[in-house]
Amino acid sequence: MDRASPLPVEPRGSRRSYRREPLIHFAPVQTGDVHTVPVGRRALLVEVDDAATALALAGWAREARVGAGEIVPGAVTVLFDEVDDLALLRDVLAGWTPTADAPARECVEIAVRYDGPDLAFVAEAWGTDPAGVVERHSAVEYVAAFCGFAPGFAYLAGLADDLAVPRLDSPRARVPAGSVALAGAWCGIYPTASPGGWRILGSTDALLWDQVRDEPALLPPGTRVRFVPA
Amino acid sequence: MRTELVVVEAGTLTTVQDRGRRGLAHLGVPRAGALDAPAADLANRLVGNRPGAALLEVTLGGLEVRLGAGRWVSVTGAPCAVHVDGRAVGHDRAEWVPAGATVRLGPPRSGVRSYLAVAGGIDVEPVLGSRATDTLAWVGPPVVESGSTLPVGPAAGAPRPHDTPRPRRHGPLRVSPGPRVDWFGEAALDALCGTTYAVAADSNRIGLRLEGPALPRRRTDELPSEGMVLGAVQVPPTGTPVVFLADHPPTGGYPVVAVVEADDLWQCAQLRPGDPVRFTRVGPPEPPRAARR
Repeated sequence: MDRASPLPVEPRGSRRSYRREPLIHFAPVQTGDVHTVPVGRRALLVEVDDAATALALAGWAREARVGAGEIVPGAVTVLFDEVDDLALLRDVLAGWTPTADAPARECVEIAVRYDGPDLAFVAEAWGTDPAGVVERHSAVEYVAAFCGFAPGFAYLAGLADDLAVPRLDSPRARVPAGSVALAGAWCGIYPTASPGGWRILGSTDALLWDQVRDEPALLPPGTRVRFVPA
Repeated sequence: MRTELVVVEAGTLTTVQDRGRRGLAHLGVPRAGALDAPAADLANRLVGNRPGAALLEVTLGGLEVRLGAGRWVSVTGAPCAVHVDGRAVGHDRAEWVPAGATVRLGPPRSGVRSYLAVAGGIDVEPVLGSRATDTLAWVGPPVVESGSTLPVGPAAGAPRPHDTPRPRRHGPLRVSPGPRVDWFGEAALDALCGTTYAVAADSNRIGLRLEGPALPRRRTDELPSEGMVLGAVQVPPTGTPVVFLADHPPTGGYPVVAVVEADDLWQCAQLRPGDPVRFTRVGPPEPPRAARR
């Protein structure tokens, strides 16, 4: 239900007209089980419990072809941008039942050479040796939760929270393309060489981003990922 | 008939732009596109191009090009001296430029970005549905360099020598509250709107960076990465706001205190380092007007 309409209540008995404009809601609105926060005139941010739920909502909304030019999952949110009718979108989103079950996408296997400069650091943080890091890191099935930082850079969820590692205090000036790295409990692969502060475990030859490919990102949100020691 | 445009002098920063890429933010691709969109649209209309045809965005003038065939050309945006083979011609109008003639844009008298449209449009190969150069992730055609040659498409429409766009609105940037306004102190928007900021020298197509007092934060924990919109007023740990422009990162981890109205973003494209910037809140809905009887 839409309780926060900013339009003034029409005084009884008066004959007035109101300019019809996109509504801007100045307060968070609870629509069914979906918590939405306004973002200017043409966007809404939906807050959910975790990355899996954000991914499920984004996948559902894309499938349902909701009226939004951009559907951008984040760590615990989904942004709906370039929306012509915010009120209609709110109604449509109210029809979504929160779930963490995203439609299953294919599983991509990434061959990794575990020879990164931070392997020893991560081993110490995890209380194991480099072989133990390889074993644990490659035992997990990850899922690409969302992209950011660079085209095709997917934030891969799946590592347990107690394996989280801090970023470098001072980012490296150049991290090579294909570097497989950790920050917090996220795993990521650098699609192109760039500065970066993630802890590098190793490298892969997989082409993460190819702008002339039909699907330019190898790991769009929702893709399942397994790492295979090379 | 196609022709080409030879870049004699590229100037400080000249890029190919159109209306940008759509629907790819979830893959981490910035939207890009002309920063002063109404000026780019005007330039295309004047020479009879379809809306969204690719043109050149020229930063602080200094561009000189030579056309392979005669074409209608227009220059809009930041007002600057325009010379065709050394003769001064007008701004904001269509000019016929004969084959082999050079067009030169001087430094703008005010503003930052001028737009040069050629009938037929700059016909570089589109990348992911757009010919725009994104300067964050470098998706799209490379930056325009001196000595390079750009293809120009076949001219389609007739020029439209008269075009009277609605006057551009100057003044404070209108904002509505952002999704994380509650991460800041009480009355954060009043603080934002009560401050005169100055444009920082490192402003670019990614963001209009501002100098001024830091906005007090209520929450200092890390914001989980979330989707960002065009015009988002993001506040990094330094406390001074950045207005996200066309090449902004699609997701970000700093809270957004406010969102600038789309109609005011052209001003952000034309503000120079040191220029004062003020914000004002979008008013409540217009007071109801008595219906005409």
